[in-house]
Amino acid sequence: MANTTAFDQVPSGKKPTPFITWQRFVVYSVLGVCALFFLLPLYIMVITSLKSIQEIQGGNIFVPTMSPSFDAWEKAWNSACTGLYCEGIKVGFWNSVKITGPSTVVSIAVASVTGYSLANWPFKMSEFYFTVLLLGSFIPYVVMLYPLVIITRWMGIYSTLPAVVFVHTIFGLPILTLLFRNYFASLPQELFKAARVDGAGYWGIFFRVFVPMSVPIFTVAVILQITGIWNDFLFGVIYAGPTNYPMTVQLNNIVNSAMGGKAYNVDMAATILTGLVPLTIYFVSGKYFVRGIAAGAVKG
Amino acid sequence: MDRPNPFFRNKWSKAASLPMMLIVWVVFVCGTIWTVLFSFTNIKILPLFTPQQWMDGFVGFANYTRLFKTDRWMSCPGITKILTEDWEFKCAGALPNMVTYAVFSIVISVSLGFLLAVMMDQKIRAEGVFRTIYLYPFALSFVVTGHVWAWIMSPEYGLQHSIRQLGWESFTFDWIADRQMVMYAIVIAGIWQGTGFVMALMLAGLRGIDEDIWKAAKVDGIPAWRTYLQIVLPMMKPVLVTTFVIVTSGAVRIYDLVVATTDGGPGISSDVPSRYIYQNFSANLGQSLAASTVLLVTMAIVLIPWIRMEFGKKSQA
Amino acid sequence: MKTWKIAALMLSVVLPSASLATDLEVTHWWTSGGEAAAVAEFAKAFDATGNKWVDGAIAGSGDTARPIIISRILGGNPMGATQLNPGKDADELIAAGLMQDLTDLATAEDWANILRPASQLESCTVDGKVYCVPVNLHSAQWMWTNRKVYTDLGIEPPKNFDEAVAAAPALQAAGIQPFSLAQGWPVGLMVNDILVAQAGVENFVKVYKDRDLAIAGGPEFTKVFESLAAVRQFVPADKMVPQWNEAVGLVIQGKAGANIMGDWAGGEFAVANMVAGQDYDCLPGLGVTPVLNTGGDVFYFPKSADPAVTEAQLKLASTLVTKEVQVAFNLKKGSLPMRADVDLSAANDCMKKGLAILDGSDAVFPNDVQMIDRDSINQINDLFTEFMANPDMAAADAQAKFVSIIEAAPK
Repeated sequence: MANTTAFDQVPSGKKPTPFITWQRFVVYSVLGVCALFFLLPLYIMVITSLKSIQEIQGGNIFVPTMSPSFDAWEKAWNSACTGLYCEGIKVGFWNSVKITGPSTVVSIAVASVTGYSLANWPFKMSEFYFTVLLLGSFIPYVVMLYPLVIITRWMGIYSTLPAVVFVHTIFGLPILTLLFRNYFASLPQELFKAARVDGAGYWGIFFRVFVPMSVPIFTVAVILQITGIWNDFLFGVIYAGPTNYPMTVQLNNIVNSAMGGKAYNVDMAATILTGLVPLTIYFVSGKYFVRGIAAGAVKG
Repeated sequence: MDRPNPFFRNKWSKAASLPMMLIVWVVFVCGTIWTVLFSFTNIKILPLFTPQQWMDGFVGFANYTRLFKTDRWMSCPGITKILTEDWEFKCAGALPNMVTYAVFSIVISVSLGFLLAVMMDQKIRAEGVFRTIYLYPFALSFVVTGHVWAWIMSPEYGLQHSIRQLGWESFTFDWIADRQMVMYAIVIAGIWQGTGFVMALMLAGLRGIDEDIWKAAKVDGIPAWRTYLQIVLPMMKPVLVTTFVIVTSGAVRIYDLVVATTDGGPGISSDVPSRYIYQNFSANLGQSLAASTVLLVTMAIVLIPWIRMEFGKKSQA
Repeated sequence: MKTWKIAALMLSVVLPSASLATDLEVTHWWTSGGEAAAVAEFAKAFDATGNKWVDGAIAGSGDTARPIIISRILGGNPMGATQLNPGKDADELIAAGLMQDLTDLATAEDWANILRPASQLESCTVDGKVYCVPVNLHSAQWMWTNRKVYTDLGIEPPKNFDEAVAAAPALQAAGIQPFSLAQGWPVGLMVNDILVAQAGVENFVKVYKDRDLAIAGGPEFTKVFESLAAVRQFVPADKMVPQWNEAVGLVIQGKAGANIMGDWAGGEFAVANMVAGQDYDCLPGLGVTPVLNTGGDVFYFPKSADPAVTEAQLKLASTLVTKEVQVAFNLKKGSLPMRADVDLSAANDCMKKGLAILDGSDAVFPNDVQMIDRDSINQINDLFTEFMANPDMAAADAQAKFVSIIEAAPK
């Protein structure tokens, strides 16, 4: 590929160059073509959500409607039926927030500290634990359902919010630990040594050296957890108890129950509405993907 | 690395890892032991846990012999003619399907994800917009987006239909209805869903690389593409390993994707192990646990040597 | 520990007395249009007793709902009542002592004499004790046709499966699907229905119940497999829809001519305001031989430590089999009521056909779940699904596999 100008620039945090070179053109073309591939299903979902049922049944899936209507969105949020109740997906919104918030925080806290221990403070059998965790990330979730029912029951938290937080922490642990362990291992080890020489201990190094240098990976972990937990249906419905059912329970019921023909427009709207929270977080997360954190820490 | 006082050094480390240790023993180890043990029983719907119940329901390897007689799990008709002229190595069923899916989705999404991350790293405008575009599929429940993919790929009213309407009469894209190609159709949907996250992971890895490396490479006159491939990529190895494990574990556990796009069809040609396990879960639990055990043992055989190689040396270094 | 028994006894004596309102969570997987309308009848009747029906619908199918239901029972926070398949499935839960015994209520209300056929209550009975309430009778052997689709093409609406097959090429030429079909268990249901219709009930039961391999591999079944191979072209894999009610919906919308589905499809036609015999036809036994199998839905009541819940459970059990509720529920559900002593003048044509067959009891045969284990049923379903979707699979191969599954099935 290129061996001049744009690619040769040393990233230095300045504004992008205003000149259009052919290398830039290639970069934007690749990004643009990929973006089109990624956007195609969203385009279909949005235009379908604006169509009437008759238009969906008769029309071409790629052709937008001439008379868009937001009725399906209104219905998905407020009045879509699930079983006997017709209150839309709004019902479970706060439950989803109550589940996702603590689960994300707890799972990332436990996993980041574990990853840090495994990477920098290995102890007897830490190899064994790491191997089991890695294997754990390959177990189909469903196999662990019943043992976890027994465990949470024995802990006295079955059918409560703490139970579902506990379960999300467990299933997040293997991947997140790996994520943090490997990231911490890739950071310059001179930093660790220097901090040790300065007399910093386990927690001191973690909070003052490692965490500030790991903002991008924490961001990735947040993205991973929020997405997984927000969209989870099975654990919510099994461990949280009926009063804490998350939004996805309604979403699943709306999408899987057809009241005299499938209301695809409502399904699409409900899906996009349910996804809005993770989507917002993706967009906002941008500023945490900053270059040069490691370099800054070395000098500071 | 110098280690002044091993005991003091590890006190907090052990304390902080306590929750992880408990989870490993109580959930993963005990849960796995339970899975393996009760895969030898004839429990149907209600999970049991006591030794007495295990002895009462013990059926030996019955679930396993049944599993490997089930075409839906795995059938390799040509393999019985091994060493003859008719021999062919061609398997069908849930387990081989998973392997096909895993190989293709891992290779494509990891390389595409890395390419996108490098492009995103070129100080482009609207980075946030592009990143959100690549990531959004990850945020939407696959129950519905899978259905949209089924529409797009359907020869009846999807891409094939629309392009033929535009005048290209011979255009054909019917993988999803083709028994031989259907797994590749699922790979397309899988790449669409998972590549954004790979990109984010790689981008975080790239951004964690010390800026001085870039300056040094620049001074030495090394072109950027070589800096990426020969200097940065090896430095990112830990992140690459993470990515690889995440993508692989996703591929091994693939479930939603298949249920939403093909639901195992046409026929049972796109079935996968998790779907088989789940469908037997509340009707034939012992059988389901046997399938899980097979999956787990296969993964352990493949992974444990790799884990020892990959991570074993480092902590002793 | 005997409190629930005392409560049960008290309840059977002082049934009408106003008790405190109790919320009872009821889980089920009835979420299609007709099904939800039917469940609403249960809820209305139960609320009228002063208690409150808390609906715990889990959309999908039993496959999705069952692990959730079992987890809840296992975790010690069971729902008040739940839909569950009778037979082998629930036996384990009963043996573990997790289910409420309804025997006293059943005796007090004389269920043995008011509910028919006896086989349904029997499947709820373990060691002489009653553990579930049968609420309806379902049969799977129905073909549903949209009359207008055929008359528009100048064809006489088919009166049986063979006529529908004969009309299929004309429909296909007009761009209409001759048969609609949903993925998964509906394929197995369709093939089994065709087996029953073409090979006869007697042979079907001999194969499934008595494991008669000579018949399974014999000429009658060969003929059926061959005719299935011929029908394959009319139900191409890429036209299959995910859910049974969508397949019925295609017939309702006139996009497909016929669908083979159980009597619960009738609920969908009712929701669409179509009239049996006028807008659509329902043909029991696919119009070939009028036979029906007997399956049905039942409700179980997981044991509760709270006597108020137990009381509400028994009240619900009693409510489900009252005359008014049976009529209202089954009219909406499209199934047959459990009681013979109810007024069914409001029933539509299809229901009346079903009732007539039910009265001549020799035309009634057992459900496959009652004859063979679930794993074999799953394997047979997989085989049929594969056979219908794979044009390269020869009829003889399919039959050979079918025989080997029957042979391997545990007695």
